[in-house]
Amino acid sequence: MDKREVLLEVQNLSKFFTVNTSFFGRPIDVLKAVDNVSFKIYKGEAFGLVGESGCGKSTIGKMLVNLYTPTSGKIIYDGVELTALKQKERRKYCKEIQLIFQDPYASLNPKMTIGDIIAEPILINKILPKNEVEKRVNYLLDCVGLANHQRNRYPHEFSGGQRQRVGIARALAVNPKLIVCDEPVSALDVSIQAQVLNLLDDLKDEFGLTYLFIAHGLNVVKHISDRVGVMYLGKLMEVADKNELYNHPLNPYTQALLSAIPSVDITHKKERIILKGDVPTPINPPDGCRFASRCFRANDKCTEHCPELKDIANGHFVACDFCGEINTERRIILENKQT
Amino acid sequence: MLLEVENLQTEFKVKRGTVKAVNNVSFGVEKGEILAIVGESGSGKSVSSLSIMGLIRNPGKVTGGKIMFHDENLVGKSNKEMNKIRGDKISMIFQEPMTSLNPVYKIGDQIMESILTHTELSKTEAKETAIKMLDLVGIPSPEKRMDDYPHQMSGGMRQRVMIAMALSCNPEVLIADEPTTALDVTIQAQILELIDRLRNKIGMAVLLITHDLGVVAETADRVVVMYCGRIVEQADVKDIFTDPLHPYTKGLLESIPRMEEDRDRLYMIKGVVPDPTKLPKGCSFADRCENCMEKCKEHMPALVDVGGRKVRCFLYSDEEEVDV
Repeated sequence: MDKREVLLEVQNLSKFFTVNTSFFGRPIDVLKAVDNVSFKIYKGEAFGLVGESGCGKSTIGKMLVNLYTPTSGKIIYDGVELTALKQKERRKYCKEIQLIFQDPYASLNPKMTIGDIIAEPILINKILPKNEVEKRVNYLLDCVGLANHQRNRYPHEFSGGQRQRVGIARALAVNPKLIVCDEPVSALDVSIQAQVLNLLDDLKDEFGLTYLFIAHGLNVVKHISDRVGVMYLGKLMEVADKNELYNHPLNPYTQALLSAIPSVDITHKKERIILKGDVPTPINPPDGCRFASRCFRANDKCTEHCPELKDIANGHFVACDFCGEINTERRIILENKQT
Repeated sequence: MLLEVENLQTEFKVKRGTVKAVNNVSFGVEKGEILAIVGESGSGKSVSSLSIMGLIRNPGKVTGGKIMFHDENLVGKSNKEMNKIRGDKISMIFQEPMTSLNPVYKIGDQIMESILTHTELSKTEAKETAIKMLDLVGIPSPEKRMDDYPHQMSGGMRQRVMIAMALSCNPEVLIADEPTTALDVTIQAQILELIDRLRNKIGMAVLLITHDLGVVAETADRVVVMYCGRIVEQADVKDIFTDPLHPYTKGLLESIPRMEEDRDRLYMIKGVVPDPTKLPKGCSFADRCENCMEKCKEHMPALVDVGGRKVRCFLYSDEEEVDV
């Protein structure tokens, strides 16, 4: 049904961390950071991944750029199964997938000038001969809205927003196709956030990039993404086109999450779903639905088996046993739209 | 007014000069009211609240103005006198629930400490009160949780313990400095609802300090917008969000991605916040302002009344700030 080209596909990806082992090295406490997650990212789109802290969204990002090795599952990039490659071959693909970090204060080496920071990946990957590097750095600085003469300055001389621009230029330096943006604006002030978001938008068109945009701010994700996935405790709960997801959330967790965001629009007050309790620990999680302990719709069945992520209609995926039942009406609308 | 801040000035002497972190700021909170102070980092919102609590330490100093609470000026009070007020009549919730609890004491003991300091209650009575407070803030099985150490609790729980501690002596004023910034949205919703419920129940005044305009829109009654140490606009929450006057407030509201509508591009406030040691001569926002006039670069506008609200901008009045 879908003619769009898949750039990246993640199949049943898991990452477990052993927190505690027995005397003989057998794992006792296992933290399931990412548990059996599958999704596709199409060429040229921005795929948003939202969730609360500890839900595993950053862990997915780190696995994609080879900072973590998956416990199981496949990462298929442009038809190549990255997870099956040896480290040496895997590294070739590292320059295709780049990462922009959350904290612009911690992700730049304070002892290097920003010119050197941006030139480093070009030199390491031997993308350009040495004499052309300077020209390229100047071009990149220009792209992200920094002046050429600033290249000899050190990170501490820049503000948070400017540093994030340096981080973006560094990611662009190796001509990546996919950029994983891990909370790129959450450390910035509101007025600066807008500048960086607009910049990311422009660069996407200019360089033909695809984004995996990880953030906890749902309004930010909605602004930048085409499709959005919602995570909770290592599981993907719902994936859909952004307007579909934000206007017709099906999973109870998505509904609660969307209702919890304070809105600046004071003219229409919305009904708020207040969830009880805290996010449980991802160490040795229960078998059933991860959200069952806080869900307002949960029954006994939910705690027993874990619902799978199913396509309800037209690319709207939900992991919840109730969703078939609540949304017959919606499904008909979607199916009609499709035909 | 229950708590009234008049022409408050707080300065920090640093190597590169003097930073006027809070410059001639006046506002007041009534009983049962939530007043929000919004601004970006470096706007002076946190320093204002620390000044009220008397928690400004070297190299900072409150250099002018009055903080009136029950007809008493809190500025210039000794630490000993302030200790009687802090945690009793005025309490504060800090931003970081992870670092503001003492990691080596049980949370029950930490709550009881403030009760025992400020009231005549016996130890057993204090314990009962502490359990009651934990219950009030929605911590399940509070008797058992009394013996927990901070690291055994999640961020949301710790923030609730902080609130329980702050409320244990029935304060008249609660200062909440970014109470939900470190928390997830679903927990944030719980905490904000709790603060609102307690405000109605015990009628305390709340000074809510935040940079999140969404939180302000949903909880506050009145709003003070700060920029570079000064108040630029002050109005009822409805006026701020439906009809902002100051170009900075307008810009801030425009630059937030909204859930309700789709926009291709976000509005941007150009440039960055100026260096606090080298503030421009005229209006601090002049360099970034779309409506900047010649006059703005030379003179600082005064905070004037415009139909029941206050704004500091030459677009609305020609009055200049007298003492810059």
